[in-house]
Amino acid sequence: MPQQALLNVNQIDVFHGTFQALWGVSLEVRVGEMLALIGANTSGKSTLLDSISGLLHPAKGQIEFEGRDMTHLDPYQIVELGITQIPEGRGIFPDVTVLDNLVIGSYNRKARSKREQNLKRVYEHFPILNERKKQTAKTLSGGEQQMLVIGRGLMADPKLMLIDEMSLGLAPIVINELFRALKEIGERGITILFVEQNVRRTLQEADRAYILETGRVVLSGTAAELREEVQVKKAYFGI
Amino acid sequence: MIGSGDILTPIVMGFLLGGLYALIALGLSMVFGVMRLINLAHGDFVILGSYGAYALMSFLGMDPILSLVICIPVMFALGFGVQKYLMGRAFGISMEAPLIIAFGIALIIQNTNQIFWTPLSRGITTSYSLKSFQMGHLQFPLAYLLDFLAGVIVMIALREFLARTYLGRAITAASQDKRAAQLMGVNTNRIHGYAFAIAMASAAVAGVFLGMTFPFTPTSGISFLAIAFGTVIIGGLGSMLGTFIGGIILGMVQTVGGYFFGPATQMLILYLIVLVILTIRPQGLFGR
Repeated sequence: MPQQALLNVNQIDVFHGTFQALWGVSLEVRVGEMLALIGANTSGKSTLLDSISGLLHPAKGQIEFEGRDMTHLDPYQIVELGITQIPEGRGIFPDVTVLDNLVIGSYNRKARSKREQNLKRVYEHFPILNERKKQTAKTLSGGEQQMLVIGRGLMADPKLMLIDEMSLGLAPIVINELFRALKEIGERGITILFVEQNVRRTLQEADRAYILETGRVVLSGTAAELREEVQVKKAYFGI
Repeated sequence: MIGSGDILTPIVMGFLLGGLYALIALGLSMVFGVMRLINLAHGDFVILGSYGAYALMSFLGMDPILSLVICIPVMFALGFGVQKYLMGRAFGISMEAPLIIAFGIALIIQNTNQIFWTPLSRGITTSYSLKSFQMGHLQFPLAYLLDFLAGVIVMIALREFLARTYLGRAITAASQDKRAAQLMGVNTNRIHGYAFAIAMASAAVAGVFLGMTFPFTPTSGISFLAIAFGTVIIGGLGSMLGTFIGGIILGMVQTVGGYFFGPATQMLILYLIVLVILTIRPQGLFGR
């Protein structure tokens, strides 16, 4: 079962204007796994997530979800298929309440009927959001804002969550809590693809990983394999 | 009325007029909030609403308030179409393109009205629009009270819509963070269409009540665009309550200023206040 592919990215080239950000990138996400995407700034990690989410469209190559081609779909259609991206940099709706942020997460047609049920789940993962639900979102701390965007993503009732650098600028104790929540979310059957810069930490948490460098996949494998791999250092630190 | 010897008269009239100003400003504020577009045609959309009600009254004998049943959906549909087929495409070209399109639409509306209605000034006159009502020992035009009520009703309806429906929430979300809204499954192109449609529907309501209060010509749109700007600048963008209070401040500045310095200075004083607020608090009194 865990070998079954949920998402297939096949040889995509993606451009920002005339700048080519991804070069023939392929990636497979398997049902139920926690997959990491590791790379430095400008390695193309966020570009890859945006291509999966439909914010960017590849010039070449295909993206398939559950065997269905979704290369040219718009972001809202991709959310309806069951893929939700959790943006980095605290992409909250700052001037509405925590609860309103969560409710907008259930905007897609399939998630609306499960709104109350998913809201209960979000509060189980992040009880602090329940306590703060009436507060304006921008008054939350950085860690709480990160919990809010993850919670908001869960409200969309996804099969696959794409998480962009959730630990950016947060204290280690907060990062621990976020990874604990991610594990719980994974145990509930949601597949997770997460992006990180911290190699060591990521390889402790993930099942498998891909390493990106200047828009190309340079290494991939199980976390255990990659931990062993001396090349991690080579690929990542350039030693 | 103004200069009738009692300071209370201009204060109450300005207050009531503020409801109309807020109503005019609402659509401008919404389109800017969601699309970052300064809709230069907004004043002309308002006047288009005035002419719509005027036409239905003169040709079909329809009561102007009743004519909203036709004006609102027609303007709503027109707004959706303008966004979908003109503005939406222009946004794909550059930031300036939609601004130029809006200016073009303004010119088309003005000139079409000129051809149909001549440059003569018109007014929507009904059995009740010239009546007045008593408050204490003072008399006020009934039209001003209707303006205020219309402003309050539209404001509350829109606020509830934005806070309680999925579509309203999506509009709010898209105005705060477009990318995040897209990632939550909001089809932002459609949301832009709805925001523009709602802005035009509110312009229709504003136009009908404006027509019952003031005479209008095909070129009146520009001065009401200026008033809408002033209201939004004073109240701050994105705040419904701010827009309402901005409208009331502007209305009162205009009438009370006119009371003390003569009617000719009304607009001058209004612009001075806008200038002062722009200097000391550019985000508006209630802006973020």
